[in-house]
Amino acid sequence: MALSSDIDIDPTSEEVLLTFYRRLYPFKQLFKWLNRGPERTEKETRLFPYREFAFTLRNDAYLRYNSYPSDIEMKKHVCLLTPSRFEIGPVYSAQPKDKKTVRPTHFKAEKREVVFDIDMTDYDPIRTCCSEADICKRCWGFIAIAVEILDTAIRDQFGYTQLLWVYSGRRGIHLWISDKEAFELTDDQRKAMVEYLTVIKNGKEPGKRVNVRFGMKDLPPTLKYFCRYFCHCYYEAHVSPRDACQAINKTFDELILQDQDCFGSQEGYETLLSLIPDAKLASRLREKWSQKPDSPSYIKWDEMKVEIKELKDKNARQNMRNAMEDILLQYAYPRLDAEVSKHRNHLLKAPFCIHPKTGRICVPVDPHRIREFDPSEVPTVGQLLAELDAAGSNNSDGDRRDDSQKTSLKPYIDMFEQYANSVQEKQIKMDLSW
Amino acid sequence: MFQAAKQAKFQRGGSTDDILLDDGNTSYRLSLYDKPPLYDVTVEEFETSALDRLRILAEIESSAARNRSWDETKQVTMIQCGKYLPLNSNSASGIDVQAERRKDCLGHFVLRLAFCRSEELRRRFIRAESTLFKIRFETDDSNERRAFLDSKDFNWISVSKDEKAEYKEQLQHFISAKVDLTTAFKNEAFYKVKWTTIPDLVEKRKVFLKGGYAYVPAREQASIIYSAFEERLEAALQATSRAISLVDEDTRLNPILDNLAQGFIAGVPSDWVASGETTGDGITADMVDSLAKQHFPLCMRVLQQSLRKDHHLKHFGRLHYGLFLKVLGLSIDEAIAFWRKSFAGGPGSDKFDKEYRYNIRHSFGLEGRRMNYPAKNCLQLHSAHEAGCPYRQLEGSPENLQSALLSSYSAQGLTVDDLPEIMAQVKKKSYHVACTRVFEITHARSVKKGEGLGDGESVTHPNQYAARSIELEKESKESKLEINSM
Repeated sequence: MALSSDIDIDPTSEEVLLTFYRRLYPFKQLFKWLNRGPERTEKETRLFPYREFAFTLRNDAYLRYNSYPSDIEMKKHVCLLTPSRFEIGPVYSAQPKDKKTVRPTHFKAEKREVVFDIDMTDYDPIRTCCSEADICKRCWGFIAIAVEILDTAIRDQFGYTQLLWVYSGRRGIHLWISDKEAFELTDDQRKAMVEYLTVIKNGKEPGKRVNVRFGMKDLPPTLKYFCRYFCHCYYEAHVSPRDACQAINKTFDELILQDQDCFGSQEGYETLLSLIPDAKLASRLREKWSQKPDSPSYIKWDEMKVEIKELKDKNARQNMRNAMEDILLQYAYPRLDAEVSKHRNHLLKAPFCIHPKTGRICVPVDPHRIREFDPSEVPTVGQLLAELDAAGSNNSDGDRRDDSQKTSLKPYIDMFEQYANSVQEKQIKMDLSW
Repeated sequence: MFQAAKQAKFQRGGSTDDILLDDGNTSYRLSLYDKPPLYDVTVEEFETSALDRLRILAEIESSAARNRSWDETKQVTMIQCGKYLPLNSNSASGIDVQAERRKDCLGHFVLRLAFCRSEELRRRFIRAESTLFKIRFETDDSNERRAFLDSKDFNWISVSKDEKAEYKEQLQHFISAKVDLTTAFKNEAFYKVKWTTIPDLVEKRKVFLKGGYAYVPAREQASIIYSAFEERLEAALQATSRAISLVDEDTRLNPILDNLAQGFIAGVPSDWVASGETTGDGITADMVDSLAKQHFPLCMRVLQQSLRKDHHLKHFGRLHYGLFLKVLGLSIDEAIAFWRKSFAGGPGSDKFDKEYRYNIRHSFGLEGRRMNYPAKNCLQLHSAHEAGCPYRQLEGSPENLQSALLSSYSAQGLTVDDLPEIMAQVKKKSYHVACTRVFEITHARSVKKGEGLGDGESVTHPNQYAARSIELEKESKESKLEINSM
């Protein structure tokens, strides 16, 4: 692999983009996925051609309301425009390209996949390794946990199965849910789903962001489950051996206490103290910790647990237990960008686009292997083009049909194709049942 | 005609056969309004049933705009319902419950026709109607409610014993028991519905979710019904909006429907007819100034102020203010005296006799068409280009509106601190709510927040505002007199 070449390739140059769209971008699979069925029955022609695509051109101009009868026309137009990236919108009640000619009341966003967006910047208040746009293998731990939690919750609680996770190219991850029911949810239902899954209110300022209980009441069972399996530092005494096996390795202890060492500095432990409702207990801890502000997080956490155990008043102890659960949630529960998911007409970057800053491809990610995923190993466009060149010089017959098969993009496209097929098969079965 | 249109519309739904036999009788007080009224009604019935219902819906809307709590809203709405649209349970004796229900149903369907025409109206109608439904559902007799629920199919599945045992730990969280959790859990029934039918409960995490199904405790059942109500109404409004062209041809109904739709925006249009009691024994020209400072709504104060300042008002100003004063109790002679005096220093008196006398007499029904014109209501003032509702006209320049409010009302207790609340309502285009709030603030001694012009009614007519204000003053004077005489 000619890795050296991706340094001098500009991922926003016309030439690069044109080659990428012409030879590598999986338009066919994109069509198969968004059209939800290979047969062009009357009903289904209203899917892909009614779908909005929005382009960000290289000069940052933004073109909305494009639509195409099929992948072939779309590819042609994309190669003509060579946008630096493009986004997928909803299926409207009319073809988006006709927006100006149809009456506004007849132009409504009707359906779209349910999407979720998790962005590393929402973790800035708690991550200690990087900030802003940077990301490293260490802070990917937050994303990994978020993906595992959301993936489990959505499959188990909402019963959806067609989940596609896509790396956003730099520091975040997107989720597309294509189940028929999800595809047809109204905005109200989407909002309900997001609110149900949202525990942490996003914002820059530190302080308590979790408010999920009614007064002194216990956590809802699904969140209790989260505390139990993802944060066994709290539950270690209560978890039976069978449950403990299920507990996922990289838990709150590992990520927050060891790896990120969130309370290892004065600023870090002050944040923790601000979340403790018991003022006396907090001031005792502050006194202790101010003498050794750099002691590791897990020691501080244990000291806090000891303090809680020593509380005489049963109510105060319960109160602190609840506060601890809230702290677990605040530090390890997924932080969602809720606005993205609430409305059908929100646009989200399409899979397999190139991130203009990093040059990395927005590739699908297997949620079961999310912990092994390393953002720095995702192929960049420069690397892919170099691979193409190498493959092209080896066999000169110029067969371009399987270009993507010759590069390291192959496994990702295979994964995407498989996903597109799964969305399809279900659809056909559904149609037969009618 | 109405029947024809209705039938055409609902034929799509099938079952036209039994419809012909329908006489509007229903066995329950609550209704999901799935059967349209298919009997003959007079145009008058058509209008009054809708107007009465509209009063209630408008009150519900303004309750929401004024941030009334659920209990307050409920109370206010029930008072209004009792006044305009009583709906008694089967057990009520000596009352024609069927007639009440027919009126309820008819009003609902007429308003559907009026409010199906735009997305905005549909949305507001659904919200107000479902609030009304909720209030009625909550206050319904529990046996009748049970029977009503059993008569409908809401697609819910009972959770079996085994399933309940399987998710015992999770489900227990959702029942509240102060003493014995195990028995409480045993007694509580759970229903399974697709989560999409009850987004509000899901959003608040009030149900247990598994595999796309929500496990709803029996006491949260109401939520399923509310959403079913909303869902059905929305679908019905969509269908109505597609079929509305059939009614559009009827020239008798169209103006009524237009008016109703408009009325939702400004509260119910009311032609305020002053009874002698409320305004006392008529007023004289000299009293207008002091009355204005104490009892007039902002729109009329503004006119009075500019009349004082410029010794003149333009045509529409004269028209609106003149009619307002007439209804307030200014007789024709006093009116001419008032206007002559007000214009003194402005245009000469010859000009007055020539140009304005006729107009004043005309507005009293003494000239020309001899029509006794009613005073303009809030709705009309909203759409007036000149001398209309100041809350609306000054919406674009909040500073001017604020200084107008302060200069007009500060003597009556309006302070700078009250302004943000009023301006927020103006911004929401709830002008009548803003006006009502001003009334409450300036009559804080006898009116509590949320009471409006009595029983929570909001301002729909400037004369209603003034009459109520005068009435309140009288009441407090009388009570003082009583104390003094004791």
